[in-house]
Amino acid sequence: MTTLLDVRGLVAGYGGIPALHGVDFSLEEGGVTTLLGANGAGKTTTLRALCGMIRARGEANFAGKRLIGMQTEDIVRLGIAHVPEGRGTFTRMSVEENLQLGAMSRRNGADIKQDIERVYEHFPRLRQRRMQQAGTLSGGEQQMLAIGRALMLRPRLMLLDEPSFGLAPLVVREMFDILAGLNRNEKVSMLLVEQNASLALSLADTAYLLETGRIVTSGPSAQIREDEGVRRSYLGY
Amino acid sequence: MELFWQQVLAGIATGAIYACMALAVVMIYQAIDHLNFAQGEMAMFSTFIAFQLMLWGIPYWGAFLITLVVSFIGGVLIDRVIFRPIHDAPILSHVVVFIALLAILNSSAGFIWDFTVKSFPSPFGSAPLFGSSLISAHQAGMIGVTLLLLVFLFVFFRYTRVGLSMRAAAANPASARLVGVRVGWMVALGWGMAAAIGAIAGILIAPVVFLEPNMMISILLYGFAGAVLGGLTSPAGAVLGGFMVGVVENLAGTFIPVIGGELKLPIALMLIVAVLVFKPSGLMGRTVVQRV
Amino acid sequence: MALPVESTLSPTAGDAVAAAEMPRSVRRGGSIATISGIGFLVIAVAIPLLFKNFLVFQFTQMLVYAIAILGLNLLTGFNGQFSLGHSAFYALGAYTAAILMDQYSVSYIWTLPAAGIVCFVAGFLFGLPALRLEGVYLALATFALAVATPQILKLSPLEHWTGGVQGIVIIKPDAPPGVPLNQDQWLYYFTLAVGLVLYVAARNLVKSRSGRALMAIRDNPIAARSMGVNLALYKSLAFGTSALYTGIAGALGAIVVQFVAPDSFTIVLSIAFLVGLVVGGVGWLPGAIFGGAFVLFVPNIAEGVSKGLSGAVYGVILILLIYLMPTGAAGLVRAVLSRVSR
Repeated sequence: MTTLLDVRGLVAGYGGIPALHGVDFSLEEGGVTTLLGANGAGKTTTLRALCGMIRARGEANFAGKRLIGMQTEDIVRLGIAHVPEGRGTFTRMSVEENLQLGAMSRRNGADIKQDIERVYEHFPRLRQRRMQQAGTLSGGEQQMLAIGRALMLRPRLMLLDEPSFGLAPLVVREMFDILAGLNRNEKVSMLLVEQNASLALSLADTAYLLETGRIVTSGPSAQIREDEGVRRSYLGY
Repeated sequence: MELFWQQVLAGIATGAIYACMALAVVMIYQAIDHLNFAQGEMAMFSTFIAFQLMLWGIPYWGAFLITLVVSFIGGVLIDRVIFRPIHDAPILSHVVVFIALLAILNSSAGFIWDFTVKSFPSPFGSAPLFGSSLISAHQAGMIGVTLLLLVFLFVFFRYTRVGLSMRAAAANPASARLVGVRVGWMVALGWGMAAAIGAIAGILIAPVVFLEPNMMISILLYGFAGAVLGGLTSPAGAVLGGFMVGVVENLAGTFIPVIGGELKLPIALMLIVAVLVFKPSGLMGRTVVQRV
Repeated sequence: MALPVESTLSPTAGDAVAAAEMPRSVRRGGSIATISGIGFLVIAVAIPLLFKNFLVFQFTQMLVYAIAILGLNLLTGFNGQFSLGHSAFYALGAYTAAILMDQYSVSYIWTLPAAGIVCFVAGFLFGLPALRLEGVYLALATFALAVATPQILKLSPLEHWTGGVQGIVIIKPDAPPGVPLNQDQWLYYFTLAVGLVLYVAARNLVKSRSGRALMAIRDNPIAARSMGVNLALYKSLAFGTSALYTGIAGALGAIVVQFVAPDSFTIVLSIAFLVGLVVGGVGWLPGAIFGGAFVLFVPNIAEGVSKGLSGAVYGVILILLIYLMPTGAAGLVRAVLSRVSR
C-alpha cells in the first residue's frame, strides 16, 4: 500500500504559542488513521495545519506534494476534504446549495448532479430537507451534511474533526457505519480526529496518541485497544 | 390628489437612485460584512470620469461603458491595495480607512475638477414621459435601469456558480476556503461590482442634482437607509427600501409643514430607525436562526 | 495609567498566555505606567508656562476632544455599542452651557454638572430604543441623530433659546481672584483638572464590577445575560454615561471657544471623534489623549502640506497610521511594552 500522507516534524500554533512540537505520522492509501488525545492535545491544530488554515513548519507530503506553505484553496484542489470542528455548514443556505458548494472546485456539471444524488442516497434525510436552510437542521443532520459536502469534492483524503461531538450515541453509531462504508466502498482514505477513543478505534486501522503537541504512542488500533497501560493512562478506560 | 400621486411618483423616481446606491451598499456588505462609507464618493468620482471622457469628445454610451469598466477595476484595486493589508484589523479600523478613502476621493475630485456645479447629460432626455405630467422620461429611465440591475443581480446570485461562491465567501469565509472558493478574489469581485453599480447610480443622478464633488453625500445616506430598511441581506430589499425612502422623503417634505428642505434627511432617517426598532433586521431581512 | 497588557481589549489566545505570565512583566509594566503617568502630568502642567496663548488654547481644545473621545470609548470600546451620534451629545452639552451662561447668568463651573446631567438623561433615553439595534443598524440610528442635530438647532421655534443660525456668544471666564493666570492658562488648567477627574472615574468604572459587566456584554451578550447581567439596564446606562462625558466635553468646548453655532456640530465632528477613538486605541482609556491630539492637529498639518488637497493628505496620513498601528496607539504601546518587559 502506498503512503498517501506523510507528516514529519510538524510545528504549528496560535499567535506565537506553539501547540504542536514536532508531530510525525503517516497514512496509507485507503486506510483510516485516527489521532486521539484529550482536549488541548493539538488534534484540531494538526488538521488545521494540514489544510493551511494556520501557519506551520515541518514536512507534510500528500501524494508527493508539499502541503506546508500552500493556500487552503489549493490544498483542497489536491483532493483533501476537511470536515471541520463545528461542521462549518453554510447555515443561511439550503442543504442543496451546501452540497453544490462542496463541488465548487470541480467543472463537470453533469458529474456534480450525479454526486449530489449519491450523497442523498447515503443520507436520505438530507434529501427530505434539500431546500431547507441548513442552520435549521439538527446536529446530526448537519454532521451528515458536512460529510456529504466533503464527499462532493470526490476526495482522496477526508479529514474529520471530532464528528461525534455533541451528537446522541445512536446518531453517532449510524454516522460511523456510513463512514466505514465510505472507506470500504468509495475508497476514501480518512484521517479521523476524535476524543471518543473507543469509537475511533473501532473504525480506524492505525492510531496515534497526541499529548500536549507530541505523539506519545502509535500502532495498529487493535494493538492500542488491547494495551491496558495505554488505555488507562491516555484513553481513560 | 394629483399632487400626492405626483409626489409619490417623483419619490419613486428619486428612490430609484437611492435604490441603486442601496444595491451597491448591499453588494459590498455581503462581501465584507460592513458598510462602505466611501461608496458615494466612489460613485461621484466615477461620474466625473465619465464627464471628463465626454469633454474629450467620447460619445455618451462609449463614456458610460468605459466608466463602468474603469470603475470595476478601480473597485478591485481599492480592495486589493488598500484593504487587503489590514484585513486582520478590527472593524473600527476598517471604518476609519473608509473615512480616509472618502476624504481622499472628495478632495481629489475637488482639486482636479473644482467645486463649481456642472451639468451632465441624460440619455433619456428631460421631456415628460409620453407627455404625462406625472413623470419625466429621465425619471422613468432611472426606475427602469434600477429594476434591470436588480433582475441581473438576482439571477447572478441565485443561478450562477460565481454568485453562489460569493455568497459563501461572505457568509463563512473559512468554510468557503475549505470547498476551494478563492475568498480573496470573491471579495474583490464584490468590490468591483459595487463600484460599477455606484457608477451607474452616479451617472443617472448627475443630470438631476448636477455634478459636483459633494453631490453624493446625502444620496449615500439615503442609500444606506434604503439598504438597512430592506435588510442588508437582500438586493430586492435594498431596492424596495430605496424606493420607500424616496417616497417617504418626498411626501414628508411636501406635506409636513415644519419640515423644510433641511429636515427631510433626518426625518427620513428617523422614520427608518423607527421601523428598525420594530423590525430590527429590516423589512425583508432574514432573521438569522441561531442555535445558541 | 491603564496598561494595555492588562487586556481591557477582547482576549485572544496570546493574551491569555500573556496574562498567565503576568506577575513580573506587570510589576515592570506597572512601574512603566506610573512613570509615564507622572511624566505626562509634568508635561501637561508645564504646557501653559512654555507656550504662547494661541497654542495653549489649542492644547485646551485637544483636552476637550480627549474627554469627548473618552466618553465614546466607554460606549464603543468597552460596551461594544457603535455610535456615530456623539456630536449630538457634544452639541447638547455645549448649548446647555451656553444657554445657562448667556440667559441665566450661571457661572461656567456649574454648567459642567448641568450639561453632564442633561446629557446623561438624553443618552439614557436614546439608549432605550437603541437596545433593539445592533451594529450597522445602531450606526445608522446614531448617524441620523448626528445629522438631525444641526438642523434641529436651526429650527425657528427654538430660535429664542438657541440663537438660530447665528448661535450664542459666551463671555470667556477669568481666572478666580488671586490666581495669577490669564484666561487661556486658567481654562487650560481647569480643563486639565476636569479631564483628570473624569479619567480617574472612568478607570475606576472600567475596573469595577459594572465595568466587567459592560465588557461582558460587549464580548458575549448571550453569556452575559445568562450570568444575570441586566442587558437593558447596563446598555442604557452605558449610553447615558458616555453621553455625560461627551456632554461635559461639549460644555467645556463651548466655554473655551466662546461660541456655539449649529454648523459647529455636524456629522463631521462625530466622525472626528470616531477617528480619534481608533487612532488612540479602542478599549484603552489613555488613548483618548492621542486621539484628541490627532483630531485637532493633523487636519491643520494636512492643510499646511497642500491647501487644495488637504482632505486627500489627511486621508493618506490616516491610512498610513492604520497600516502602521492597526489597533491605534494602544497597539503600539503594547508592542513596545511587550518587547521591553521580555
